[in-house]
Amino acid sequence: MRESTLWRWHMLAGAVVFFLLGLHMVIMHLDDILLAIGAGHGKAIDTTVVFERSKQAFFMVTYVILLGAALYHGLYGMRNILFELTLKKGWETLINRIFIVVGLGLFIYGTYVAVFVFLNGEV
Amino acid sequence: MASTPKNKLGIRGWVCGGRYVVERYAYIIHRISGIGILVYFILHIFVTGSRLGGPEKWHSTMSFFETPLFKFGEYLVFAAFAFHALNGLRLFFNELGFLIGKPARPVFPYKTSIHHQRPWLIVLMILAALFIVVGGLDFYILGE
Ligand code: HEM
Ligand code: HEM
Repeated sequence: MRESTLWRWHMLAGAVVFFLLGLHMVIMHLDDILLAIGAGHGKAIDTTVVFERSKQAFFMVTYVILLGAALYHGLYGMRNILFELTLKKGWETLINRIFIVVGLGLFIYGTYVAVFVFLNGEV
Repeated sequence: MASTPKNKLGIRGWVCGGRYVVERYAYIIHRISGIGILVYFILHIFVTGSRLGGPEKWHSTMSFFETPLFKFGEYLVFAAFAFHALNGLRLFFNELGFLIGKPARPVFPYKTSIHHQRPWLIVLMILAALFIVVGGLDFYILGE
């Protein structure tokens, strides 16, 4: 694929991550502030709260999207940093292959987790 | 495709490659925060994968991470996120050609795109600092 197309996806993925990770960070890290203003649902990483979230379709779907977008954005960014060294063609091909395998592997594993816990997780 | 000019600085080029205006520091921090979040994220996929083993497994995994050091690490990830997201927003618009002004003839007193984009940098960095302070409040004061 053309480099400019890959880069556009990097920008687009960044925009998606901006919203989804923004939400994730508010839920996970501003939980005590949400509680203090009466909008929280308990400590965000308490076991019951985690499994309650995992059982909701909204979180399952947005986690899979966030997983894919953040993996693409992060790995493409890392590839850019490495390619700035103006490497030999062989190295570039090797890095591309490793990143594709690692990215797809993590995406499949993470999606499996999100879907499995959504279907089977009991509180 | 035109061939890329050779990077003669090597790894040094990552940090010592240009003129040191404030945007250049933002660029270095953007890079470090991006790599930091990526490393955390890859480990995060496996840690949250422990949900596969059910609530007990999740609970025991989480108790392993309940140390002040990990808590501080998590706060760093939050701070890196606040910076990277807001600076990333600026780069997103700049690189697509927005918020940098229109091209104009170089007539004295000169104006560069810096005049257009720097106010955005300042506003977004104040916002990032605000998030980092509010996050600290949640992590270390309310969360106790
Ligand atoms: C929160 C929303 C995010 C936004 C708006 C965002 C935006 C951006 C933008 C615009 C760039 C390109 C910088 C450039 O071309 O000069 C970039 C680079 C990068 N991002 Fe993000 N990003 C976000 C989240 C993330 C996350 C979650 C990760 C890690 C998984 C990440 C890792 C990276 C890396 C490694 C780079 C390459 C840095 C470099 O070339 O110096 N970003 N980001
Ligand atoms: C540093 C603070 C973070 C905390 C405390 C945190 C916490 C959690 C928890 C508890 C879960 C399990 C699901 C749930 O409870 O709803 C989860 C899932 C997830 N998190 Fe985070 N997270 C953090 C940072 C991040 C970052 C930086 C990213 C992305 C770059 C991210 C992406 C995800 C994704 C994609 C999932 C779903 C994984 C799956 O189902 O396979 N998280 N997070």
